[in-house]
Amino acid sequence: MAVAEPRRELASPSWTAALHDWVTTVDHKKIGILYVVMAVVFLVIGGCEALLIRWQLLVPRSDFLGPDTFNQLFTMHGTTMVFFMGMPILIGMGNYLVPLMIGARDMAFPRLNALGFWATLFGGLLVYFSFATGGAPAIGWFAYAPLTERTFSRSPATDLWALGLIVSGVGTTTAAINFIATILGMRAPGMALRKVPFFVWTMLWTSVQIAIALPPLTAILIMIVFDRNLGAHFFDTQNGGSALLWQHLFWFFGHPEVYILILPVFGMVTEVIPVFSRKVLFGYEFMAAATMAIAFISLGVWAHHMFCVGMSRTQDIYFAVASLLVSIPTGIKFFNWLATMYGGRISMASPMLFACGFLSMFLIGGLTGIMLAATPFDFQLSDSYFVVGHFHWVLIGGTLFGTFAGIHYWYPKVTGRMLSERLARWQFWLLYIGFIVTFGAMHISGFLGMPRRIYTYEVSRGWEFLNQLTTVGALIQAPSFLIFVYNVVWSYWKGRPAGDDPWDAWTLEWGTTSPPPSYNFAAIPTVRSRRPLWDLKHPDDPDWKYE
Amino acid sequence: MNAPHSAPGSSSPLTPSQWGMLAFLFSEVAFFTTLIVVYISYLHRDGVGHGPTPAEVLSLPLVIGTTICLLSSSFVIHLAERALDRQRQSTFCLLWFATIVLGLAFLLGTAYEWRELIERHGLTIGRNLFGTTFYTLVGFHGLHVTVGVIVMLVVLGLALRRRVTRDNQIGVQLVSWYWHFVDAVWVAVFTVVYLVGR
Repeated sequence: MAVAEPRRELASPSWTAALHDWVTTVDHKKIGILYVVMAVVFLVIGGCEALLIRWQLLVPRSDFLGPDTFNQLFTMHGTTMVFFMGMPILIGMGNYLVPLMIGARDMAFPRLNALGFWATLFGGLLVYFSFATGGAPAIGWFAYAPLTERTFSRSPATDLWALGLIVSGVGTTTAAINFIATILGMRAPGMALRKVPFFVWTMLWTSVQIAIALPPLTAILIMIVFDRNLGAHFFDTQNGGSALLWQHLFWFFGHPEVYILILPVFGMVTEVIPVFSRKVLFGYEFMAAATMAIAFISLGVWAHHMFCVGMSRTQDIYFAVASLLVSIPTGIKFFNWLATMYGGRISMASPMLFACGFLSMFLIGGLTGIMLAATPFDFQLSDSYFVVGHFHWVLIGGTLFGTFAGIHYWYPKVTGRMLSERLARWQFWLLYIGFIVTFGAMHISGFLGMPRRIYTYEVSRGWEFLNQLTTVGALIQAPSFLIFVYNVVWSYWKGRPAGDDPWDAWTLEWGTTSPPPSYNFAAIPTVRSRRPLWDLKHPDDPDWKYE
Repeated sequence: MNAPHSAPGSSSPLTPSQWGMLAFLFSEVAFFTTLIVVYISYLHRDGVGHGPTPAEVLSLPLVIGTTICLLSSSFVIHLAERALDRQRQSTFCLLWFATIVLGLAFLLGTAYEWRELIERHGLTIGRNLFGTTFYTLVGFHGLHVTVGVIVMLVVLGLALRRRVTRDNQIGVQLVSWYWHFVDAVWVAVFTVVYLVGR
């Protein structure tokens, strides 16, 4: 929108021209694709780190990696998956879809948008640059004080980690500001906030959460940099600094963060389920209110990560109750999804398959979350493999399955081609089975007392079989990701042409061509209901009569 | 300032750039709240003999002077905005310039304060927890004042070339919102550091 696309008459521009095009683009769709490609690359890197970790834990007393490398790998695995895979893939899909869904021609600030992407990417490269300085940071992704102080982590890796996250965090914050401005200020005529597609609504609240939670993270990372390089004492326990304060401030970011990683996915699933059930979304208003409730409650539950640190009884009870409260709006969402499917003409195409995978797995992850929110239970299992199993269950079973539902749903819009259903089914079942084997076994090894982040264990502990099961599960999952990458690349050239609206859907992005032109819509549409495309297709029976 | 405005017929009460500035300031509130929370958590936690305390070294008269500069600048920038709205270009430039001068006066006062603290009292960022939290909080606020002064200088340069008019006053308004925000943060910092925390 801000710059006119230079018209290229050549059939295929030379690769330097194409590269120049992609590097200098301010088109929200291209930036969205860049975000998603970046996220998938980091997904593969983070996945390889996970496989190395699993190979080390395959047998007791293994000397495959050694403790130092092991610590670096789990730090980088966590950091990568949260900051350079999870958030970028959701922000990228939001970037691509939000303007299309609200009938706008671009984001509110196209150049700021490009800045946000490049900051995120270079933040990631900065963190990974630590490998070239003699080793990655070995502090864990939540970097508890005083381990991050120079006394305990002497190499520059920790500085690079903090600086990289500051840079990418600023990028993420600008993306959130851009979403808020776009969604609140640039909706098509007639699209009141009560009529936005549900994915847009969840992106709005995710952005609000980012704007509240990311700046505190930036602030405490700056404090780490000051401690390490200017001799400040924020988290320097020998000079009065507080390790507990770091935990509070980190989790004040860290807990909203997990909702930042799940709310947009709720949005994607909420777009997919009605279309593949051929029904209107059940209880839009309750879904919308539940999203807001989650966004607010999640700001007040952070210390449930810290029950074992020894807080007062009052604090324990407050944080347990607040955490349990989250299950109410989440439960509302679940029942609304099920009620939407109930009585519908359900088609199990790949997006719906992944959405059902999401429903079944996120439910279980949510239930173990309720278990861990109960303080005495948490005392027993804190920092055990039960916790590792739990949060992978929500992040993979929730975020990843839901994101795959979204990617399979919108890929035809982005490329004009369909993904192969056969490959998608292979991908789904390998991931589904491998995932249950890996993380199911982790819950049990956690019950048997295996702590997280240990690089090896003794034969006598009886954890051997469960660890082997976990590693085998990881090996089942690995080809699933390869199939996904292969499917995305192969279908781009060889996939069946999709047409503009392959799923017979109802939101505005399906009203333009696939792929959409750089200006998105020739004429800005006027909206009268939550399903503007339904109104267009069925002028005899439009939705706005009933809303 | 190049942002596209709302689609015609859109029901949004603000333009996208106004929403963007509000969202940005919202995120800044979260940033400064963190710094203030940390300042309060470490207040009076230095043991005896661990360097100067706030009560010993912070000079109230100087800070009251700089505070008056900053708070009055908020008023002046508001008058500048009104002048632009009434198309009084030269009044606008004059008032805008006055805002910059007041901002610079605040920064000079802070610079003098810091020189005194470092050279006379030996309070550095590494001396004790008070130094660590004080310089970080007041420093980040000062950084925001500096950024504001630079942005206002750019606007002044454009205005002197007659490029700032009533038609693009939203840009001017956004700068002024930012400046009001920086002032509001100072009210909080002043209260916590110089009134309650001394």
